[in-house]
Amino acid sequence: METLLGLDYPTLWFLVVGALFSGYAILDGFDLGAGAWHLFLKDEESRRIALNAVGPVWDGNEVWLVIGGGALFAGFPILYASIFSAMYIPFMLFLFVLILRAVSIEFRSKEKMYWWRQGWDIVYSASSTLMALLLGVVVGNILQGVELGPNYEFQGHWLEFLNPYALMVGITTVALFMMHGALYLAMKTEGKLFAKVNELLKKSIIFFVVSYGLVTLYTLIYIPHLTDDLHENAALFIVPTLAFLSIANIPRLVTKAKYVQAFLFSSLSMSFLLILVAVELYPVLVRSTVDPLYSITVYNAASSQKSLGIMLLMTAIGAPLVIAYTVFVYKTFWGKVKMDETSY
Amino acid sequence: MDVEILSRIQFAFTISFHYIYPPLSIGLGLMMVLMEGAYLKTKDKTYEMLARFWTKIFAITFGLGVATGIVMEFEFGTNWATYSRFVGDVFGSALAAEGIFAFALESGFLGVLLFGWNRVKPVVHFIATLGVWFGSMFSAVWIVIANSWQQTPAGYHIVGEGLNARAEITDFWAMVFNPSSVDRILHVWIGALIAGAFLVMSVHAWYILKGRYVQMSKKAFVIALTAAALFSVLQLVTGHGSANVVAKHQPAKLAAFEGHYDSSDQAHLYLFGWVDQKNEKVYGPYVPGGLSFLLHGNFDTPVPSLNDFPKDEVPKQVNAVFQFYHLMVAFGMFFIGLTLLGLFLWWRGILFKYKWLLYVFVFSVILPQLANQFGWFAAEMGRQPWVVYGLLRTSDALSVVVTANQVLFSLIMFTLLYALLFALFLYLLNKKIQAGPYDESTTDNRPTQEAIAEVIEINDKSQKNS
Ligand code: HDD
Ligand code: HEM
Ligand code: HEM
Repeated sequence: METLLGLDYPTLWFLVVGALFSGYAILDGFDLGAGAWHLFLKDEESRRIALNAVGPVWDGNEVWLVIGGGALFAGFPILYASIFSAMYIPFMLFLFVLILRAVSIEFRSKEKMYWWRQGWDIVYSASSTLMALLLGVVVGNILQGVELGPNYEFQGHWLEFLNPYALMVGITTVALFMMHGALYLAMKTEGKLFAKVNELLKKSIIFFVVSYGLVTLYTLIYIPHLTDDLHENAALFIVPTLAFLSIANIPRLVTKAKYVQAFLFSSLSMSFLLILVAVELYPVLVRSTVDPLYSITVYNAASSQKSLGIMLLMTAIGAPLVIAYTVFVYKTFWGKVKMDETSY
Repeated sequence: MDVEILSRIQFAFTISFHYIYPPLSIGLGLMMVLMEGAYLKTKDKTYEMLARFWTKIFAITFGLGVATGIVMEFEFGTNWATYSRFVGDVFGSALAAEGIFAFALESGFLGVLLFGWNRVKPVVHFIATLGVWFGSMFSAVWIVIANSWQQTPAGYHIVGEGLNARAEITDFWAMVFNPSSVDRILHVWIGALIAGAFLVMSVHAWYILKGRYVQMSKKAFVIALTAAALFSVLQLVTGHGSANVVAKHQPAKLAAFEGHYDSSDQAHLYLFGWVDQKNEKVYGPYVPGGLSFLLHGNFDTPVPSLNDFPKDEVPKQVNAVFQFYHLMVAFGMFFIGLTLLGLFLWWRGILFKYKWLLYVFVFSVILPQLANQFGWFAAEMGRQPWVVYGLLRTSDALSVVVTANQVLFSLIMFTLLYALLFALFLYLLNKKIQAGPYDESTTDNRPTQEAIAEVIEINDKSQKNS
């Protein structure tokens, strides 16, 4: 098998997909989180400002999901096909709320009636929360393992995705995004709204720490296979340790009113948590709960060497470009929200 | 109904709905580039106002294109899992290229295009407009390459058997430049550019008729008319190119296009008609031997007919394929006639005197949409029963684990959701058009920057006091 920097192609592509999903979590995470808080902001002005804080960027953030999905299809078609068809209903629901959310952002400020704005605000907030929840539920199922049979086809019942562990991971994801979103809003707002956001931020930190603690406990007790790798290779303990330190840093920075740094650490924490997931799973991508033989791994799900090689080359050319114009866009809209006639 | 039918209906429905928006975005992208370019060159404020106006409309089509596109991407995995495993290795690189080079480019610059008018210099803004337009052109390229590979596979070999069989890429460039790619990319591009130009003409013809923004609208109309005329003529050329590729690589599809059942006879070219599938006859006016002539330059050269292929390797709905194909071509001919007439009258300086003609332009906006839809229907239904031509049947391409009820659920869900989306689209479009290029209405109910600053200040004070 060909290698680059000592890593074989499937592993490299695994890293690429991981980086894309982590980018997605960091970016869409804050606008989903801000959306989840939306109803907690009571007056019209605050809601408008909060909405326009994500206005110029939410759409671009979603592109990371599109690219991540494409990268998954491209690099691990077997995983993509098996998991998407196994979790047909959650994925369809996800699409449903994703579209409703886009609609609500477009619609809400177009008319002045109270019922109109309040109605779309509810849709916006609920769909943002549900998107986070469903993403978490899918991750939870993958962590726990799925009933995969021969040909990597799903054998279970379609409702199985709603199991307690997956729901716990889902709720933790909501909490994480809400913390992240509140941090983003704190960077973007001033005055009374800022004070309100600050209050919400403290609540969300507690919410996240509690739910994260519970999930970790549950994992340690009921899903031992997830910690095998850590037991076998003590050096890997560095990852959960870093994740822990990075999370612990957030409340510290918030009390010092260093929101930009806190936001960066919240982003870092997300990456560490995803790296933790990756380390625990690799080289398995989805464990079969029927027979380990049917587990989907980085190797049996991967596209051919040739295909992966081409895509790695494209990534090497494309990634710097993407980073360059992302930086450009964020620089253009840096700072507190300012409304003009192009706002939502 | 079974899973196959439901999944096909769902896919056809969701992609047809998606395909309302990308052509408009691609087409309007060019229009914005032209208008903003004219502004930079002439410093004439009306062009800037036009560019800003069409950017607002573009924002609507773009947003809906994105929302409905994500559905398409997921559906490959959810509904067509066997197909995804089969094509993943080959499609992979095309989809990766689309994501990295096209979508990221588009959405990166989109924020600046939509929200950056007051923040960056005009030249920088123009670059953003160009970036978004190029991005949308590129995304069409890669997805059409993937689709063209399904129509005329190349640069691959098959590994594994049965459910585990999959195509693996052997030659990237042979995959990219498979026999039908280039012709179809051009044809799809131009179809999109026609759609954009017709929308611009329609709206400005309406303004002229209503006596609103007349000077400005005449300028915009002429830009769009020139583009539309050029592209309509080119579309005939690229369409002919596509037909030649189909004749060579998908002869059964071509036979279905013309309802050609008997290869011992000349192959006729029908202007329009009705296919009687039972008796294998077509009724309607035709050019005797016309198809033979177009393909081979000779009225008598035989062309393979539907009966030359095994019954289970030709499309079943011959009449539908025939109708979709003929309507597309008829609309194409109409565009050529209409736009050339328009240009001629403009050259004579009397174009805007003919009210009825302006009304024709107002209502013609629907036709490029239909031509685009029908073109795809002809191309995709004519490809049946294959998903990947000659390699994988549609009936084998499904997700085996998904049940009919699940698909029924999602199909109902999409129907309701898309009805809402479509209402949203018409509502927003109408609102923007009614409001016109100098859009006062949306600024009215919106606080000015000063007002916001004041609110914030008052809030700050009340906070300190409490
Ligand atoms: C890269 C792939 C790809 C692309 C770019 C398109 N399609 Fe397609 N299309 C498929 C891949 C595909 C498919 C997945 O292969 C389907 C599903 C079932 C089938 O037979 O082919 C299909 C089926 C399909 C059908 C149903 C045909 C039938 O079941 O009889 C219609 C009407 C369309 N498509 C229409 C379109 C339109 C309007 C497109 C323009 C945007 C389009 N397709 C682009
Ligand atoms: C099955 C086929 C298709 C799939 C899976 C698909 C997928 C997608 C996805 C995921 C998006 C959203 C991208 C984003 O977030 O920016 C999108 C948007 C878009 N698609 Fe499609 N698409 C398909 C067919 C097509 C075709 C045939 C064309 C053009 C000829 C096209 C042109 C575009 C364009 C230009 C956009 C950008 C949004 C817009 O301009 O409206 N797509 N598509
Ligand atoms: C003027 C005469 C035209 C001819 C001779 C023509 C010919 C063709 C042919 C042969 C195909 C099938 C290609 C295939 O199956 O691979 C096709 C498809 C298509 N046509 Fe046309 N066409 C014409 C006009 C138009 C116009 C005016 C539009 C839109 C504004 C249009 C849009 C499309 C689209 C979107 C497709 C599907 C994509 C593809 O397969 O390339 N066509 N056309």
